Amino acid sequence: MSKIRFEGVSKTFAARGTTVTALQEINLDVNEGEFLVIVGPSGCGKSTLLDLLGGLASISSGQILVDGKPVTGPGLDRGIVFQQYALLPWRTAQGNVEFGLEAKNVPRRERAAKAREYLDLVGLSGFHDRYPHELSGGMKQRVAIARSLAFDPDVLLMDEPFAALDAQTRDGLQDELLRIWEKTGKTIVFITHGIEEAVYLGQRVAVLTSRPGRIKQIVDIPIDARSATEDLRSDPQFAHYRHEIWTLLRDEVNKARSEELEVNRV
Amino acid sequence: MSSLTETPVAVRAAPVVAHPAAATAAPARRWPRQVLRLTGNVLTRIAAIGALALVWEIFPRLGLVDAVFLPPLSEVLVAWKDLLVSGELWSHTEASLARSAAGFGLAILVAVPLGLLIGWYTPVANLLNPLLEVFRNTAALAILPVFVLILGLGETSKVAIIFYGCTWPILLNTVSGVRTVDPLLIKSARSLGLGPVRLFQKVVLPAAVPTIFTGIRLAGAASILILIAAEMVGAKAGLGYLINYAQFNFAVPDMYAGIITISAIGLLVNQLLVVTERRFSTWRTHS
Repeated sequence: MSKIRFEGVSKTFAARGTTVTALQEINLDVNEGEFLVIVGPSGCGKSTLLDLLGGLASISSGQILVDGKPVTGPGLDRGIVFQQYALLPWRTAQGNVEFGLEAKNVPRRERAAKAREYLDLVGLSGFHDRYPHELSGGMKQRVAIARSLAFDPDVLLMDEPFAALDAQTRDGLQDELLRIWEKTGKTIVFITHGIEEAVYLGQRVAVLTSRPGRIKQIVDIPIDARSATEDLRSDPQFAHYRHEIWTLLRDEVNKARSEELEVNRV
Repeated sequence: MSSLTETPVAVRAAPVVAHPAAATAAPARRWPRQVLRLTGNVLTRIAAIGALALVWEIFPRLGLVDAVFLPPLSEVLVAWKDLLVSGELWSHTEASLARSAAGFGLAILVAVPLGLLIGWYTPVANLLNPLLEVFRNTAALAILPVFVLILGLGETSKVAIIFYGCTWPILLNTVSGVRTVDPLLIKSARSLGLGPVRLFQKVVLPAAVPTIFTGIRLAGAASILILIAAEMVGAKAGLGYLINYAQFNFAVPDMYAGIITISAIGLLVNQLLVVTERRFSTWRTHS
């Protein structure tokens, strides 16, 4: 049985008197412990897909199963990492990690120890008493990842988590995330619009079409032991998959762009 | 700035030279300049007050203004000292502060919970907003006669008018504080499965605290401003009464002594509230 299963999931919005279809007939299986990346042009409904999986928005038709049970709302079996970190600015790094544990009703004494453990895991030992405004973007995202890992969800949902970071920080955090994934064995659903990021991280990459979002193709990226490879990005295999996904996406990006122009012209 | 000093030729050649002094300054002379600027800043701050004091002292003495209506500052200070020594000043200040504190405190107790309620429950906000708009745009002093009419000339009407004046800034800031919480924080908390009560307690309330404190600071300033006007109507003690009474009896130095006292109290209260506000919102000022 797959860990996560999308069965004919559609999502429509009512906007300005008309209904907009954001997602149409999504069928997708994610295996236990898999790192799945969803990539698509901007505005294709990637984030909506994650909101549905996170239980933060309601499904228009179809259903999403996690461990065979349909998603009806948010739950601590799924942890979400947002692009804009979503840290509580009045809490320290430690306090932010403990926030998730409070939601899970972990006893106070355990919370502190757990929070330290996970801050160590994301490489933030010694930064536990810093406030978000004292941390760089990359460090904030590490705190957010630690927060989502600390309450021990089975599934980690990541919504373009590195999009707001500079290239160098992003590369570093990608390696870090792979290391954490291998260490914790979580199932990760990762959303991005970056092709290289998708190939670098994903065991499988699902390419979405432009609006309405459908699964165009799912590409297997059978590169083993990613974190052990010295310079994966210059590997010919990497270039091959990059090109494959680029080709799949190019048409969608063009379509999305011309549609946008059309709308603006009207 | 550094690019300016690196290319002095270009700067000189340019038609507009914004800071000619900065452009010609050698880096070695920067440090003494900073010290100079700092002392300059301090001097500037003192200078304006000093100049006012000086003008106040000299103009009446030179006969440029009528010394009967504006006695020299030194005479006012002597009058102030006399009032202080006789204990009169303190008793008036005490009466004033008691009224201010009562109205201000009551406003905090009522307006903060009410504001949280209005901010959190949209139907309540929709219901009450038009009413709030009407009242916030009605000057508190315009309603003072109503308060006197209904509550009489005693303490109740004075405390009530201060309470009324303090309520609006606190209420409106609390409502906006609750309503402008970063939606992403709420989304993130919801994704953790937090129920409405804990969401409010752990996210909305702490996020709103700085905005609420801004309202409390504004209300603190308002409490002193309204106090004086309220005390000018049928009071038997208080700084507003002192000022009014001194004017009626032509004890002009006493009147100015009262004015100086109230302005000092106003400054002090505001400073105190600014410091408190800063303590509660350190995380906001940096982000």
